[in-house]
Amino acid sequence: MEMKAVVSCTGLMLLFAWLSPSQALYFHIGETEKKCFIEEIPDETMVIGRYRTQLWDKQAGSFLPSAPGLGMHVEIKDPDAKIILSRQYGSDGRFTFTSHTPGEHQICLHSNSTKMALFAGGKLRVHLEIQVGEHTNNYPEIAAKDKLTELQLRVRQLLDQVEQIQKEQNYQRYREERFRMTSESTNQRVLWWSIAQTIILIITGIWQMRHLKSFFEAKKLV
Amino acid sequence: MAWFLLLCAPLMFGWIRASELTFELPDNAKQCFYEDITIGTKCTLEFQVVTGGHYDVDCRLEDPDGTVLYKEMKKQYDSFTFTASRNGTFKFCFSNEFSTFTHKTVYFDFQVGDDPPLFPSENRVTALTQMESACVSIHEALKSVIDYQTHFRLREAQGRSRAEDLNTRVAFWSIGEAFILLVVSISQVLLLRSFFSDKKTTTTRMGS
Repeated sequence: MEMKAVVSCTGLMLLFAWLSPSQALYFHIGETEKKCFIEEIPDETMVIGRYRTQLWDKQAGSFLPSAPGLGMHVEIKDPDAKIILSRQYGSDGRFTFTSHTPGEHQICLHSNSTKMALFAGGKLRVHLEIQVGEHTNNYPEIAAKDKLTELQLRVRQLLDQVEQIQKEQNYQRYREERFRMTSESTNQRVLWWSIAQTIILIITGIWQMRHLKSFFEAKKLV
Repeated sequence: MAWFLLLCAPLMFGWIRASELTFELPDNAKQCFYEDITIGTKCTLEFQVVTGGHYDVDCRLEDPDGTVLYKEMKKQYDSFTFTASRNGTFKFCFSNEFSTFTHKTVYFDFQVGDDPPLFPSENRVTALTQMESACVSIHEALKSVIDYQTHFRLREAQGRSRAEDLNTRVAFWSIGEAFILLVVSISQVLLLRSFFSDKKTTTTRMGS
């Protein structure tokens, strides 16, 4: 009897903990406002986001414990501005995606409130938690699944961290290449446009003098 | 039963965590973030402006009483550590109100407390073996490597955004200048010609 209570209690707590970030960072947005966050990540990196919303109650003058009837639309764009996830979730939700190209991914949240922007005076409190890369791993779960000893689990954590560092270094190399290409393009542009402008200057100067000379000769002033 | 509940206690309250987010701050805008912290927790707030304008932002950190713990204007990068003096909601705000038309991208990392232990049974009486403590020190070192990598990535993003801005600006202004050059030289010639045009044509034009 006690065992059953303990198990159900733990299960409920773990579910609650897994589903909603109860003590996470929170911020306020307008009911129809869209809020975007940027995550610059290497490729093949998993990102898990969890959020919980609360609606402002005008009568009570405080936030309700949840946002009844209000869902959140989550839209995730990859570095090429292609939408990789665009889904509607409830007032509490969890979204996850894995990046396939390295770069800046944009995670946008807005509520699906049907009110117009002018009339919607409501505020939403959004608790948000975004975990990237090796922070997405749930070590107690991995230990239980693969039946690892404590030492093995620690080594596993170190391996995950090193893998993340390696991916980031790889991404760094790709970014440095892009930076170098941009700098070289700027260098080329400055060089060629300076030469072009000098040539234009000389040519227009010569044209001006020749044109005016022939004009004055025609007018018999010279 | 009691020890079990004790193990699960961290799951119920006092989530010890680090939140790092990168968001865009439009001009004349202010964005605030709140976090509930328990007394005695050591917290660190670090922020860096990634792109936009002069790469600076106003930052302000307040405790639940409204006392300003940290306030800096037009800072590019800073790190602030404090210990929560009381329970409650701490608030930190980033303001771009001094800027008229530049959007800023701001990164911040708010660390509350220490990392959660790997196992729920971390607080056991027996000490760690040598292997385990070696693993712990490697883990800490790797965490600082990842931290340095993040800061390097942000500085690189800053440099890259400046370089790309420069690139487009060079192209735009070069084309503009070449165009202006042509227009000015042609209009100079036309104007000069108009000075020397025949008196007869000017009088007839004025007459009609």
